[in-house]
Amino acid sequence: MEGTIEVGAIEQSRIRNFCIIAHIDHGKSTLADRIIEMTGLLTSREMQSQVLDNMDLERERGITIKSQAVRTVYKAKDGHEYIFNLIDTPGHVDFNYEVSRSLAACDGAILVVDAAQGVEAQTLANVYLALDHDLDVMPVINKVDLPSAEPERVIEEIEDVIGIEAQDAPLISAKTGLNVDQVLEQIVEKIPAPSGDAKAPLQALIFDSLYDSYKGVIVFCRIMEGTIRKGTPILMMATGAKAEVVEVGYFGAGQFIPCEELEAGMVGYFTASLKNVKDTRVGDTVTNAEHPCSEPLPGYKKVQPMVYCGMYPADGAKYPDLRDALEKLQLNDASLQFEPETSIALGFGFRCGFLGLLHLEIIQERLEREYNLDLVTTAPGVVYKVHKTSGEVIELTNPSNLPDPSEIEYMEEPMVKAEIMVTSEYIGSIMELCQERRGEYQGMEYIEEKRAVLHYHLPLNEIIYDFFDALKSRSRGYASFDYEMLGYQQSELVKLDILINREEVDALSFIVHAGTAYERGRRMCEKLKEEIPRQLFEIPIQAAIGSKIIARETVKALRKDVLAKCYGGDISRKRKLLEKQKEGKKRMRQVGNVEIPQKAFMSVLKLDDK
Amino acid sequence: MKELELYIHIPFCVRKCKYCDFLSAPASQRERQAYVDSLCGKIRSYADSAKAYHVVSIFLGGGTPSILEGEQILQIFAAIREVFLVDEDAEITLEANPGTVTGGGPASVTKEKLAAWRQAGINRLSIGLQSAEDRELKALGRIHTFAEFKETYQAAVAAGFSNMNVDLMSAIPFQTEESWERTLRTVAGLTPPPAHISAYSLIIEEGTPFYERYGSGEHAEELPDEDTERRMYERTEEILSEYGYHRYEISNYALPGYECRHNLGYWDRREYLGIGDGAASFFEGKRWSGKEEPVILTRKDAMEEFMFLGLRKMEGVSRCRFREEFQTEMEEIYGTVIEELCRQGLLETAGDRLRLTRKGIDVSNYVMSEFLLDGE
Repeated sequence: MEGTIEVGAIEQSRIRNFCIIAHIDHGKSTLADRIIEMTGLLTSREMQSQVLDNMDLERERGITIKSQAVRTVYKAKDGHEYIFNLIDTPGHVDFNYEVSRSLAACDGAILVVDAAQGVEAQTLANVYLALDHDLDVMPVINKVDLPSAEPERVIEEIEDVIGIEAQDAPLISAKTGLNVDQVLEQIVEKIPAPSGDAKAPLQALIFDSLYDSYKGVIVFCRIMEGTIRKGTPILMMATGAKAEVVEVGYFGAGQFIPCEELEAGMVGYFTASLKNVKDTRVGDTVTNAEHPCSEPLPGYKKVQPMVYCGMYPADGAKYPDLRDALEKLQLNDASLQFEPETSIALGFGFRCGFLGLLHLEIIQERLEREYNLDLVTTAPGVVYKVHKTSGEVIELTNPSNLPDPSEIEYMEEPMVKAEIMVTSEYIGSIMELCQERRGEYQGMEYIEEKRAVLHYHLPLNEIIYDFFDALKSRSRGYASFDYEMLGYQQSELVKLDILINREEVDALSFIVHAGTAYERGRRMCEKLKEEIPRQLFEIPIQAAIGSKIIARETVKALRKDVLAKCYGGDISRKRKLLEKQKEGKKRMRQVGNVEIPQKAFMSVLKLDDK
Repeated sequence: MKELELYIHIPFCVRKCKYCDFLSAPASQRERQAYVDSLCGKIRSYADSAKAYHVVSIFLGGGTPSILEGEQILQIFAAIREVFLVDEDAEITLEANPGTVTGGGPASVTKEKLAAWRQAGINRLSIGLQSAEDRELKALGRIHTFAEFKETYQAAVAAGFSNMNVDLMSAIPFQTEESWERTLRTVAGLTPPPAHISAYSLIIEEGTPFYERYGSGEHAEELPDEDTERRMYERTEEILSEYGYHRYEISNYALPGYECRHNLGYWDRREYLGIGDGAASFFEGKRWSGKEEPVILTRKDAMEEFMFLGLRKMEGVSRCRFREEFQTEMEEIYGTVIEELCRQGLLETAGDRLRLTRKGIDVSNYVMSEFLLDGE
């Protein structure tokens, strides 16, 4: 391939391992594309618009879901060829841990800031994360070609708010390619070369892995110390899995290119006799099983799902298909968890755990698109800790399993520490929103004349659904938001049950704070009234806490459903209409006598505020 | 020889009504003649297969077939009779829209046209009136008044037509319970009374101007509310029975002996050929519409049709006939469905027959959809 060089011929001093960090939409993927393009690994013809994002879904949503890496070759003005290992990081808070592991695989980071938008909450969070990992952060001002661009103001902001030198930040347009050559030169100048001893015992950081049906598990890693090659006996220090290396190599754009060995300082992949990605946890340290390093790399933690929901096949017969699909997805996504559960309303399905709501939506969409499954998903919830009078503590992931109130001493819910960056005119409405969501105000600071950071402690269950949307709508898109987990806090929680035609529908129950239960119950009933089509009889919809009914709506009985005319004997038209009707019915769930449409089970998510 | 029905589609109208989603459009005199010529060609193309059949009914529908000149109608019937054996007592219907008899627009039902229709052998007229209230007619986008309808009706009587249908529509904009009742009584009380009345309830179909106006729920105040609409529907049968009409199909009422044979043929799965753009056919075990590829019906299709078509008739479906046709018991295939629908009070058994109850008529789509079978 044009522009590739033999591994091994390259000195450590000619390697640059870096990532790009940015707020969403500030142009990270576009800059990555330009870098790949301008380093000549790909011709323009080969360039798809966003080379790094190779999942369809990512392209559509314009975000990067799983971190990936690419290796390109750059001929610098000093006449030398440099290897660039560009490690892509996910841009969403759901994947914070994966971001931190990707950062740990780098020696420096390019910070992309939008010349019009300036520094956002997520930018800050990502920069702090990078600085925590001792990365050299190199700012780049993007979108300078926009009419609203104010590069000088943004440079000042970067220096004031983040506290890093930004005077010589390249002013670029990743879209047009303007000044991207300066970025390439600065990568060489400003990002340090890796260090590490190729002869030391192997110590490599796993920052990603994926399952390939031909190669098996492919482990993405950064070699910190030592060398890995075909035949190396390896040990995963956290999971304890052992295997023998089958192949090592580096990342072309969208392909794996095998090579002889990977030495300290290199970024690449290996395959080994591993069956399951579960054996290859992101953040784990790989070492030589026969000559292990003395200590694993710091920072490994087992990722715990934050959000749970029930997923059921719309067609009960597809249960095994759903299980197979989840297993396949889990091969590439160790953070996805699931276990079988049964619902009276929905039959057999799975309780699934996700890193966050975006992660949930992605998995849901992939199941529907890639595996052609029609799903019924119940309202997502967080993990509550239930302290029983017996002293036992239960981690509650499914509201239906809540013990009888008489057995409960108290309950705890997960809290997050949130930072919301907002322009001054919207501070009031955002504080109001946080108040409604049971936020505890922690303080506020102005980062410049018209922008402030609000600090709040918020219950996770108040932000997992529509908080982000509400934040955007109440600030006309100007507020940005980031959070991290804070731990558990005791709280007045109740289980809200929904009764349809006087029967409790287990899949619609959810846990809610006692203070907002009435309001939620009322809105839930209203929403369900809209969602449930009229049937042959009147259907009461009730919300209840324990045996107490707190809200009620009624779906009136269906009175007319006639095809008046069947003109000129057009029977196929009539048949199509009847088939559509029957098809619609199939997408319903029978609870008692009542048919409930699948989307009704997600209604709780759409209790729009304002 | 087997029984056959013919449906001749005339896709022309003077102006499209605001609720209409059928295939029809205004056209020039020359386009109409070209269409008639091609119709005759198509009719003749059935010369071979026609030999196994005798025709029991013919229906000229539209559009507005009365828009054609008398000569053109005669031309069509000449082609039909050249190819098909038409029964002596065949029911031959033409759809006409009211207009002044003495001339004016191209759809005018003139004495000359009426005479030509008689000459062609047409013995039944179906007149699209919809309402006896001019305000409601205007809201529907109809181009005639009630007075013009009466003129047309009387001219047809004078020309010798004794078997006439009048189409009426409930739940239309600005209609009230009282105005609907007035329409029913006015029409049933005509001298001589029409032998047949079709009473439909307006359906707002996608792709029509009505859908644009009412589809989103806007302007709902112009339409009768649900309770009113249901009462209109219930009153229809009560009022028409006072005048001697009996309901024999979901939307159709007739004086004894004047049930529309052509329409019943559809529900009884009699074979028919649809000739003309977009017309549907059921012929030699296949169904097709317009230029579509004919689809061969499977046994499953046939059983489903037997049920969901047959149930449109008030007398319902016959278990005996089901057994004869499919060599299996109806309950064998539909036992659970029938049991459940009877339990819900939507179906009832009367001797050999299974039929819709009053409540079942109101939600007949739901009932019929239950008779679609899963799988192939």
